[in-house]
Amino acid sequence: MNYHWNWTILSAPAPDGSPTYLLMLLSGAMTTVLVAACAAVLAILLGVPLGIARRIGGPIAGLAAAYVEVFRNIPLLAQMFLWYFVFPELLPMGLQTLAKQSSHAPFVLGTLSLGLYTAARICEQVRSALGAIPRGQSMAGLALGLRPVQLYRYVLLPRAFRMIVPTLTSEFISIVKNSAVLLTIGVMELTASARAMQEFSFQVFEAFLVATALYLSINFVIVALMNLVERRLVTAGVVDGISGRRGSQK
Amino acid sequence: MLKVAAVVCLSTFALNNSTEAQALNGTLRKIVETGEIVVSHRDASIPFSYVDDKQRPVGYALEICLKVAEAAKRELGKTDIQTKLSLVNSATRIPLLLNGTVDMECGSTTNTVERQQQVAFSMTYFVTGNRILAKKSSGIKGLSDLRGKTVASNSGTTNLRQITEINTRQAMGMNVIAGKDLAESFLLLETDRAAALVMDDILLSSLSANSRSPDDYQLVGEPLSIEPYAIMIRKDDPAFKAVVDKAMIDLMKSGEIESIYKKWFLSAIPPRGIVLNLPPSEALRKAWAAPTDAAETEAYR
Repeated sequence: MNYHWNWTILSAPAPDGSPTYLLMLLSGAMTTVLVAACAAVLAILLGVPLGIARRIGGPIAGLAAAYVEVFRNIPLLAQMFLWYFVFPELLPMGLQTLAKQSSHAPFVLGTLSLGLYTAARICEQVRSALGAIPRGQSMAGLALGLRPVQLYRYVLLPRAFRMIVPTLTSEFISIVKNSAVLLTIGVMELTASARAMQEFSFQVFEAFLVATALYLSINFVIVALMNLVERRLVTAGVVDGISGRRGSQK
Repeated sequence: MLKVAAVVCLSTFALNNSTEAQALNGTLRKIVETGEIVVSHRDASIPFSYVDDKQRPVGYALEICLKVAEAAKRELGKTDIQTKLSLVNSATRIPLLLNGTVDMECGSTTNTVERQQQVAFSMTYFVTGNRILAKKSSGIKGLSDLRGKTVASNSGTTNLRQITEINTRQAMGMNVIAGKDLAESFLLLETDRAAALVMDDILLSSLSANSRSPDDYQLVGEPLSIEPYAIMIRKDDPAFKAVVDKAMIDLMKSGEIESIYKKWFLSAIPPRGIVLNLPPSEALRKAWAAPTDAAETEAYR
């Protein structure tokens, strides 16, 4: 391969107005983090109630199941196109113009799409965690006189959350990686910045190696934080489902 | 006896062949050794390099590249070398050129000083530029007529950035508005919300050619910027560059490039028989008359 390596390109000024290409990539990484964080919050706020709804049963469980099947069975790319190109057409006129002309629209609609997609996955994790708790615990709770809301709040959900910490870690990592799909609707996140750098400078490998390093760093931070959370949440005397970590008696 | 002569002949030929291949280096050597020259094409870079309704790669740049490939074969004295076509896009063109999958990239790639750090370019075969499109009925003849008018361009492009800069620097009092995409920007002009549209001339031509009434529009004024398109080859391969450059210069000096240009820019082209109707610009005529592989704007003024 007849490639001309040129790492100094990173300190050269970028045509998009950034002082250097490195800063352009870093600002892309910032956008990636912002998209992932907002989408993760949305996914949890929506995914947890959906998971509980699926567990409770009745018509509400049917609705939650329908949500899951719609959002996890359509490719994320196709969903994002629907949110960006089709959804604004359904809005009332004033909002429609805003959704089409605002420069923030790609970010907002893309993050919304990523959050809703991930919510379906989190819903399934919450549902299976709740299902993994021995039936005796709910019975014991009810026998103690807890109302169903209290049962979930004080017994079932705390146990379920501890169980899904490891899969949530993977889910957060996936959100960061999936956020690259937003480049197709024009959000200048990390992959989009790397591609722009490739277009302008033709230094393909430098651009994508730096992007790779940034993705790895972001995800290592997530893994470290989640490990910390997992360790903090360990309950004394309980072997927690999947992690198998046993809390020490204090 | 005859047999011996034949063997001697053959071995001499083989010997010639190998010494010749050794004397060559870079791409020329690769072409002789593999027996093929690989020309890249695009799928939708109209009219430069694209796939037509019969799934054949066609286009202005591709036709030029194929002529250059023929010239390279003549130069090497080997007419049995095959020309192979290979599809690339703007993301894959660099790796595929550098790892040797393709030998010449022919599409709509702009020659820039920055890109020359990585690759080399031959003689410019097309010059695109930021131009002004206006309705014939508007009486706009150039940039100066846009004073105080509403002007549209595409959001997020260098074209928009440039017209905004000009507006500020020359205090023209223009109201610059941005369309979200090509179709929306054109709609602004079509419905008279904007008096002029500022974009790359090739885009403007294809927009007006595809519009309801192509005869209502015309390109006016001098180009505001210059972007030279050229065949992209590997860097540090002077022997191959010399062959490609010579073939390009021959095409330009013989006037053949002009007839190829007419075929793609002034006549009906596949797949829908649309006429782009884009006569060669002043800058392009200059680049044909004095072939250059320069990326700098000054070389085309």
